[in-house]
Amino acid sequence: MAAPVSGGGRLCRLAWRRRAGALHSGAQPAALGREPGKVAAAQSGVAPWRAVVGLEVHAQISSNSKIFSGSQVQFTAPPNSLVSFFDASLPGTLPVLNRRCVEAAVMTGLALSCSINKKSLFDRKHYFYADLPAGYQITQQRLPIAVNGNLSYTLCVGAKQSQMVTKNVRIKQIQLEQDSGKSLHNDARSQTFIDLNRAGVGLMEVVMEPDMCCGEEAAAAVRELQLILQTLGSSQAIMAEGQLRVDANVSVHHPGESYGVRTEVKNINSLRFLARAVDYEIQRQIEELENGGTILNETRAFDYKLGCTIPMRDKEGKQDYRFMPEPNLPPLILYDAKSLPANIDDQQVVNIDWIQERLPDLPSVKRVRLVEQYGILPEHSFTLLNEDGLMELFEDVVRETQMNPKKVIGWVISELLGHLKQYDLTVKESPVNSLSLADLLNLLERGVISSSAAKQVLEELWKGEGKTPLQIVKEKRLELIQNQRELDQICQAVMEGHQEEL
Amino acid sequence: MWALRGCRCLRAAWSWGGSRLARGATGGRQIDQNPEWQLEEQKPLPQKKVTMELLDHLERLALVDFRNWEGVERLEKAIQFADQLHEVNTEGIEPMDSVLENRCLYLRGDNITEGNCTKELLQNASQTAEEYFEAPPGNIPLPKLEERESFLQDSN
Repeated sequence: MAAPVSGGGRLCRLAWRRRAGALHSGAQPAALGREPGKVAAAQSGVAPWRAVVGLEVHAQISSNSKIFSGSQVQFTAPPNSLVSFFDASLPGTLPVLNRRCVEAAVMTGLALSCSINKKSLFDRKHYFYADLPAGYQITQQRLPIAVNGNLSYTLCVGAKQSQMVTKNVRIKQIQLEQDSGKSLHNDARSQTFIDLNRAGVGLMEVVMEPDMCCGEEAAAAVRELQLILQTLGSSQAIMAEGQLRVDANVSVHHPGESYGVRTEVKNINSLRFLARAVDYEIQRQIEELENGGTILNETRAFDYKLGCTIPMRDKEGKQDYRFMPEPNLPPLILYDAKSLPANIDDQQVVNIDWIQERLPDLPSVKRVRLVEQYGILPEHSFTLLNEDGLMELFEDVVRETQMNPKKVIGWVISELLGHLKQYDLTVKESPVNSLSLADLLNLLERGVISSSAAKQVLEELWKGEGKTPLQIVKEKRLELIQNQRELDQICQAVMEGHQEEL
Repeated sequence: MWALRGCRCLRAAWSWGGSRLARGATGGRQIDQNPEWQLEEQKPLPQKKVTMELLDHLERLALVDFRNWEGVERLEKAIQFADQLHEVNTEGIEPMDSVLENRCLYLRGDNITEGNCTKELLQNASQTAEEYFEAPPGNIPLPKLEERESFLQDSN
């Protein structure tokens, strides 16, 4: 098993250099993240730059109802149909905390090795925006539910993306808060339409310390967080549906000097765009500073069509949110086995130890188990967990076949996954299921067909016509010839036909 | 402001009542002629000046309109009055964030109990379009201080 190389932790070993003309030509910034420690060719002889990236991730809690009201949580629904009087901020309504949201936050905190605050407080964060009917958002600023955690993630580096490097990012805190509604702009007619279905949905905000140094690290960290949340079930974390939103804080400085001014990049809705947005912003800041300019502490939006960040016109100057304690919510008290009160209703108690015992295996644990159980390489187990459903398919195939798992993994990743990627399908949509693949591999293992013949059979199976591998083999006469005399005859015929070469 | 006036009234009452009753024949014995404590001299509260930048900042944040200099004076007096809180010694005492601090935060089960009242909600809105609320164009920030016509203009 290849020993994973422990990454730099806080300080990223790679240094950034400005690529002349990179931004203007619209080309992608150099993939400096590929080789930690190696520095790209110096362009202008200026001292190297170090970039610092911190992330704020908002994950929508997977629950039936919203965090402070009883209206339903659902992605698509007729506008303003999942809105209660509290969500619309009508006078006389009060927030009532949803137990499931507390449990989800505690699970996430425990999975990220945070210390859970047994007493946490709710606050109001005030700002005016049309999709925030109350004029404030209920959040946890003073004393959040979980603090001081850690997230380990893996990066594929090296020439062939085969070396795995483990990196850490510290988690500053996890807090519970409300989501805002959705605003739809019709700029042509200067109209804004508000849909409050999303207003009041529970969010977990995971604040990461600025321990990352490039877009690739940021994307890898978020991917690992996404896998953890999906494994726990606390959030479905589908970025495309807005269940996982990432804001990146980016700044650059020279090694040895203090951190530079940071900008916040918003409107990133996929992992790939996250990496591109962060890399673009780093390059932009380097260019700006090398040209003698300064970086404003502002909020920028990522334009995915142009591949660049632009200043957001709504956010001017520093926002003063006028935090105040939420007067309608007393402190949230959590218990553990020791502090459990005797005469309290079960429904009113959230027991941290009870939740800890029931935590499922996290992705990192599953990866180690796959390597130990099946003898596959770490990068293979990384791929198995990276694709939704692939691990289950692999284990099913191994169970049904006599072939060595180390060979099975080659077929699953190179052949099956390769085909899925080619046709842009998910594992669930695969026309070849685990049983068919297992049958095929059994034929190969028994020597009935050759490896190249097996690939042909897979192509046929891919058409999804419902035939079994054996049927295809018989139809196409792909069996290996076992008869020795027949083989001799064929070889003789070939040699006779090519006397000149001999 | 009313509190300051009130204090003055009290002081006046004290001296008025005391001297009157001291002169009068009946009630005189019920008043202690040698009180052990003294009413402390009211220290004049420190003046609070509000800068133009702060006023501009407040108007942007809270979308209030101070309207004229009297409004600003009222703000300054209000700050002065609230500053009396600093006279209380709170060393070593935990701040109280809510009078509900001894109550348990009630946890609700994750059930769907509300919603589906689109018509009722839209009734309150002045502008709607196909079940959406129509919002006025925003956020349009207030123009810069120099460009604003109505900042503290309305003085009468």
